[in-house]
Amino acid sequence: MNVQFRAETQPGSTVQVKAAIADCDIHPARKTPEELYPYLAKRWHSHLQTFGKHPYQGMMEGPPYPKAQPNASRRDAYPPDGGPQGSSLSFMQQQHLDPNNVALGVLCPLNTGQGIRNQDLSAALASAINDWQIAEWTGKDRRLKGSVVVANEDGPAAAAEIRKRAGDKNFVQVLLLSRNVEPLGQRRYWPIYEAAEEAGLPVGVHAFGFGGNPITASGWPSYYIEEMVGHSQCQQTALASLVLEGVFERHPKLKMVMIEAGFGWAPSLSWRLDRTWERLRGEVPHVKRPPSEYIREHIYWTTQPMEDPERRDHLFDVIDWVGWEKLLFATDYPHWDYDEPTRVLPAGVSETNREAFYLNNALKLYGLA
Amino acid sequence: MTSPIAGGVDCDLHPAVPHLTSLLPYLNEYWRDQVTTRGMTDLVSQSYPTNSPISARPDWRPAKGKPGSSLADMKAQALDPFGVSFGICNPLFGVQMVFSEDMAEAFCRALNDWLVKEWLDRDDRLRGSIVIPVQSVEKSVAEIERCAKDKRFVQVLMLVMGDMPLGKRAYWPIYATAERLGLPIGIHAGSNYHNPPTSVGWGSYHIEDYAAQAQAFQTQLTSLIVEGVFARHPNLKMVMLESGFTWLPPYLWRLHKFWRGIRMETPWVDRAPLEIVRSNIRFSLQPVDAPPDPETLKRLLDHMQSDELLLFSTDYPHWQFDGNAALPEGISSDLVHKIMIDNPLATYPRLSQPAPKHGLEKFEAGFPK
Amino acid sequence: MSRHVIARVDELPPGTRKFLTIDRRPIAVFNIKGEFFGLLNRCPHQGAALCEGPLIGLAQSSDPGEIEYSRLGEIIRCPWHGWEFDIRTGQSYCDPKRFRAKAYPVNVEPGASVVKGPYVAETIAVSVESDYVVVDI
Repeated sequence: MNVQFRAETQPGSTVQVKAAIADCDIHPARKTPEELYPYLAKRWHSHLQTFGKHPYQGMMEGPPYPKAQPNASRRDAYPPDGGPQGSSLSFMQQQHLDPNNVALGVLCPLNTGQGIRNQDLSAALASAINDWQIAEWTGKDRRLKGSVVVANEDGPAAAAEIRKRAGDKNFVQVLLLSRNVEPLGQRRYWPIYEAAEEAGLPVGVHAFGFGGNPITASGWPSYYIEEMVGHSQCQQTALASLVLEGVFERHPKLKMVMIEAGFGWAPSLSWRLDRTWERLRGEVPHVKRPPSEYIREHIYWTTQPMEDPERRDHLFDVIDWVGWEKLLFATDYPHWDYDEPTRVLPAGVSETNREAFYLNNALKLYGLA
Repeated sequence: MTSPIAGGVDCDLHPAVPHLTSLLPYLNEYWRDQVTTRGMTDLVSQSYPTNSPISARPDWRPAKGKPGSSLADMKAQALDPFGVSFGICNPLFGVQMVFSEDMAEAFCRALNDWLVKEWLDRDDRLRGSIVIPVQSVEKSVAEIERCAKDKRFVQVLMLVMGDMPLGKRAYWPIYATAERLGLPIGIHAGSNYHNPPTSVGWGSYHIEDYAAQAQAFQTQLTSLIVEGVFARHPNLKMVMLESGFTWLPPYLWRLHKFWRGIRMETPWVDRAPLEIVRSNIRFSLQPVDAPPDPETLKRLLDHMQSDELLLFSTDYPHWQFDGNAALPEGISSDLVHKIMIDNPLATYPRLSQPAPKHGLEKFEAGFPK
Repeated sequence: MSRHVIARVDELPPGTRKFLTIDRRPIAVFNIKGEFFGLLNRCPHQGAALCEGPLIGLAQSSDPGEIEYSRLGEIIRCPWHGWEFDIRTGQSYCDPKRFRAKAYPVNVEPGASVVKGPYVAETIAVSVESDYVVVDI
């Protein structure tokens, strides 16, 4: 025979990215639920087996809106040795970190203990996940940094976990989800912001989660695509709450990252909040400055899923309004809506902006510059 | 200041019901007694607290009574200054909030009859939107058919935040009826508060509720598009009223991007979402959620890729602009002509048809002898 | 265009696919119910290994709620963003005008004629009893 043929799956991209990048949204997974047990008190092992996680939605297994791909992940990201996508460090290195020259990978573990109704279990799982990140990921590959996962509906427990991890160089941020029991600015979450600011850690707000509320202000939609597009709306509302409850007025050093909900909505939201605040600021005297100023000073956005207009000048307009210095590149590896690093930014970007977009903004925000 | 062109259409006016007792003459004896014997007072939605600055511009706020309750004021403050040929009345009396479908029906009929008698009959420029008891789709269809006999009703009115996403098939008989009768559906800002007024729960403040309207329009637009309302009813137009519009382009980029990959979930969506918006969706002008500089607005309008989307409105008596500056700075007179005249006339077919005064069928023993 | 023999027909039974690289271009050849199709293994969207995706049918609808499901096994979903491509033509179903996966014409050629052609220059002996799958590239 005069040709080669491939017997099995090869790692994805063969395009060598020359410049180093930051990937500010990587999802490491457990091979099995039991992988977490060494980090979790024994009483929880049988509890999980018997009662499960008891989240703020109906399904014991799987999400209420079925995903577009199994585990919401790329089909070519299954590790050859088994386990779900994202569960093997060595395969992640081989398929993503090495070929894409990821100099900084920020881990955002999902399907942990966030958004569940048993608050003791939530806190236990959070602590276990954080220990697991160190043991299995950040301790083994220095390019990776973890997020402090917390019991997101229990302010004091979450604050305690943050304080426990403060100063630990394995972690670069605190992780929350965007859909909670109440909008994120509400005072039940204030202990989280206080502890994060004290620890010098930004707070990442990742799309998803369940807080028991319908995922639109007019009830539950029918389709997964509505949920996917809807993360943009949920993030906007969560951010509005943070601003209008005065979280940034109370915590002037706090930084927050909006993760996986896009950024194109930010200018319109900022303008709308400003105009509304001009009229209604009498109701919220604790919001002392125009909302857009708080957003400008405190908020960053990860880029994935990257805005994709037909005309790149439209994209550049929006990025100009948001600010080139506020964007943090992310791929969302290994999820299916992964953004390939070499394909998402059109031509016509200055060297400074490119480097800021792909790496420097992240290094600066996470204190690694 | 950008000058208006005479002969236009104001697509969003809010005549106010002074008090629930104002509707008594339009209720039958049973409901009249229910209101009085049970001490029902008023139906004012939290979306528009009477004394909120948003609810009335200071110079439009009467010394006594609800803003928007005086026709003489509306003429002097909105209809005359902008030289409009038509003004479309969208009553925001909180009838959608009640839970009983029979009560809702009674109030809606009374409200529509009140609008005819006390507004449409008294100024030839005025046109109306049919308020429907969405608690019952059957009753809504009946009310549309009843009121549509009066050609001065040019639209059906629904709220953006209700019991279910607006694209859900249960609502489709309403859309079928409206399409058949040549009536657009007007979807207006506001909630019936049967669900939390945001997609992430109950916020603390009126300013949050108001700002969150924009996100509600976004999720509703997704619902209407992906459920295939316009595949089934290609001639139906829907007008987003008091929604803001500067969020539209990035919103469509995201929807388009995901639709491509999850097309198989909703295969009846056979046109790009942007095309569907261009053919079937319109937006009233106020509020203009943009900074005042003409250059930014110019870029935003370019992003929208169509000059047919905007319909002139004052949103009287809500406070969205000062003086007569309803039209943003820097738009061309061609665009003003489209916004004030061409686009509304193309959207509301009944505006181009004769509309004689017409007494509606009485509601059983409704009118006093 | 040059022709490359890539497998014997019986090595690529219906429902299977074969990955190969020709002139540094990654390709996969599919046997769909006895017919052969080739695709460049690179999604025109963001460059994913398109041909590793699952094969499904084509969901179409002339009315919301009604689904006509046809062409079973002839539509490939990209393993990343799930874009659907027609195996036969490379036609995508997300944005027909803009995107088309590159399709390579694949023919089944009877064994005797192939052995007589360039394949003879190779040192590997070839049997003439089976049909060969040949790729034009």
